Amino acid sequence: MISLKDLMQPHRVVMMLVFAGIVIWCAIALRWDWIPKYAPLALEGLWATVWILAVSTFLGFLLAVPLGLAQAVGPWYLSIPARTFCTIIRGTPLLLQIWLLYYGLGSLFPQFPWIRSSELWPYLRQAWPYAVLALTLSYAGYEGEVMRGAFSGVAKGQLEAAKSFGMPRFTMFRRIWLPQAVRNVLPTLGGETILQLKATPLVATITVMEIYAVSSRVRADTFIVYEPLLLLALVYMGIAGVISLAFRRLEKG
Amino acid sequence: MDTAAAAASAPEADTRREAIRVEDLHKSFGNLEVLKGVDLTAHQGDVVAIIGGSGSGKSTMLRCINFLETPSSGKIVIGGEEVAMRSDGSPANQKQIERIRTKLAMVFQQFNLWTHRTLLENVIEVPVHVLKVPKAEAVARAHELLNRVGLGGKEGTYPAYLSGGQQQRAAIARALAVDPSAMLFDEPTSALDPELVGEVLTVIRDLAAEGRTMLLVTHEMKFAREVANHVVYLYQGRIEEQGPPAEVFGNPQSDRLKQFLSSVA
Repeated sequence: MISLKDLMQPHRVVMMLVFAGIVIWCAIALRWDWIPKYAPLALEGLWATVWILAVSTFLGFLLAVPLGLAQAVGPWYLSIPARTFCTIIRGTPLLLQIWLLYYGLGSLFPQFPWIRSSELWPYLRQAWPYAVLALTLSYAGYEGEVMRGAFSGVAKGQLEAAKSFGMPRFTMFRRIWLPQAVRNVLPTLGGETILQLKATPLVATITVMEIYAVSSRVRADTFIVYEPLLLLALVYMGIAGVISLAFRRLEKG
Repeated sequence: MDTAAAAASAPEADTRREAIRVEDLHKSFGNLEVLKGVDLTAHQGDVVAIIGGSGSGKSTMLRCINFLETPSSGKIVIGGEEVAMRSDGSPANQKQIERIRTKLAMVFQQFNLWTHRTLLENVIEVPVHVLKVPKAEAVARAHELLNRVGLGGKEGTYPAYLSGGQQQRAAIARALAVDPSAMLFDEPTSALDPELVGEVLTVIRDLAAEGRTMLLVTHEMKFAREVANHVVYLYQGRIEEQGPPAEVFGNPQSDRLKQFLSSVA
């Protein structure tokens, strides 16, 4: 911890005063009167951002494990499709993937009466399933590649030891291989999750009302440009901070 | 100079139960034939030292016994049960080989403790998650074993924070935790600093004294002579000479063994 005496160094005091000045200036000189009106919408948007991020990284990671395993040690009929998938996902813009799914699948589905009459239709006619699907596949593609390296990177002796004690293959995977692989790439996964956070505004382009879309709405309604964007930057930094803290704790644990 | 000689030199062999039998074991890596037909029998309580130059196939032979390497051909019989092999030498029955492996504990040159688990977790891993021993029981036994190898108090330590000698002793505790019917040591002291070799050998010597069945691939000739009751000298994938340590070391017959012994002495 930094002691009070350390904080009172002249150069630090100057920096703090400058920062406080900027904050006070922002608070006084800029317009924030729109906030109360848009606060409920902003909270909804924040929630949408957070849950889309959480669900897509969780499901994406679940997909990344088999994708990585197939590439690292799978037979050709598994490793080739897995590699192809990762290459396509990593080789094309996420925006394109989102649009292809939303405008492609989204316009294909209504042509089938049995889909329109199915239980899923109320969901499939909304935008968020396509957003979640696109972000999940994207995360899976990138992390599939990361997990390939992670699985191959576990020392052979670690697995040999498990094998030599008669550990069944799935137990070995669950107890030795996967934990060591994940542990080795936790810092990478943390960084990738923050990148995923910053990819979420793209789903605003298919009408999902997340936090970036809210700031656009404020701008369109009120012609106030900078203030919503400043606040938006703060929100993203806050979420990124939480993610990096969470991963740091995981790395230690 | 093969099984017949071994039996002759150990006349009580017939009355003891056979622990490990290897018959006509061949192993090739591509075009390189590493084992060219090896026969070996170890009875309960035997300490068999396997010596030979580097590339003689001694580690490969040990690793074929529990199928960490797939034999090219031959027959492996563990505790009277023959391991079913496919034509390519891989185990035909995964369940069988897993069951047999739980009776053969291996100690590796590079220790291979699981780096993401503490010493205690390393020792209880196989009993709890493979042999389904109740956890409390496994933990109590693990404490006992770690004490025995001189690592009492280090239960919560991760392997990376220990010296090579401590890691190898922990690996021996892990091997003992499965209550093995035979132990396979693959050059257990070769990766250790010279001053750490002694502490590991002391533990192995104790195990030999209590009558454990052990196959020991080693470069420590003095140690082999002291603890083994049978010594096998491998040369280029064949058993060149074998017998009681006093004969193999004291009165070597083949020129190659004589040369080998003078080069390592």
